[in-house]
Amino acid sequence: MAEERSYRHGARAIVPLAIAVFGFGVSYGVLAETAGMGSLAPIVMSTTTFAGSAQFAAASVLAAGGAAATAVAAALLLNARYAPIGVTVAPWITGGVWSRLLHAHLMVDESWAVAAEGGGRWNPKVLVAAGLGIWIAWVGGTVIGVAFGDVIGDPNRLGLDAAFPALFLALLAPQVRDRAPREAAFAGAAIGLVLTPFTPAGVPIVAASLGALLGLRRSEP
Amino acid sequence: MSAVWTVVVVTGVGTLALKAAGPVLLGGRPLPDRAARVATLLGPALLAALVAIGTFAEGERLVVDDRLLGVAAAAVAIRMRAPVLLVVVIAAAVTGGYRALT
Repeated sequence: MAEERSYRHGARAIVPLAIAVFGFGVSYGVLAETAGMGSLAPIVMSTTTFAGSAQFAAASVLAAGGAAATAVAAALLLNARYAPIGVTVAPWITGGVWSRLLHAHLMVDESWAVAAEGGGRWNPKVLVAAGLGIWIAWVGGTVIGVAFGDVIGDPNRLGLDAAFPALFLALLAPQVRDRAPREAAFAGAAIGLVLTPFTPAGVPIVAASLGALLGLRRSEP
Repeated sequence: MSAVWTVVVVTGVGTLALKAAGPVLLGGRPLPDRAARVATLLGPALLAALVAIGTFAEGERLVVDDRLLGVAAAAVAIRMRAPVLLVVVIAAAVTGGYRALT
């Protein structure tokens, strides 16, 4: 491997995704305000919860007149994947409790994916820098959406929704050269797709973790 | 506390608990051997699920739509060893371009 990656690399790697996240942040701000969340609550939620799909789900439930408990359940189900994702990076997160909480807070799908070093290793500096970039874009987008309304239009129109799976695919590719991770990946994708029509959103990704156990049989010595 | 603020506070605390469980409880030291092998394979399994669901899921339905064009173009770019940044831009440009034309 070339030089050890640091904060700079994480910040640079995340720029295109941060632009896309900013676009979705604006639409979240617009949706949340129309859902009757006011202006402050969506911004506070972007700052603290900091998880796109979960926040969209919670706002949609509230917009449809659903109960607070339903909105929380939908959001936390969507974020349940962060428990296994947190386990993957845990060995590389050192320092005191506050430092670990900061790393955990800045861990979102995109920053986690770009922090992968392959072979099950993760780079905490890249995670933090990339996560901070996404956080600034997400909170900034929310503020713009709440304050100025729909300035960007539908981010999907620009194809930004295709950028995320493309990123994950690009970061998956170098990790699946060996047989065991390749089988884990195929199993994870298959579990996710098969469960999508039958389970609430969020469950399929968590269940995809079981793909790791299938791959494990191959990596047994 | 209003329903909205209940959602903001409980979801915020719950999400941080989910994210922090691994780093706080298991952080900073290597996992036991067998668990480490599972964790190594968790990355590919979760990433692949994010790819598949991000490409084909529309809420709780599976659909084949113009996202697939962008992701397929990305796959070709990855094959040709394009840098990650370019791969992401190609995906958005192909899907967005197709939508602009139709």
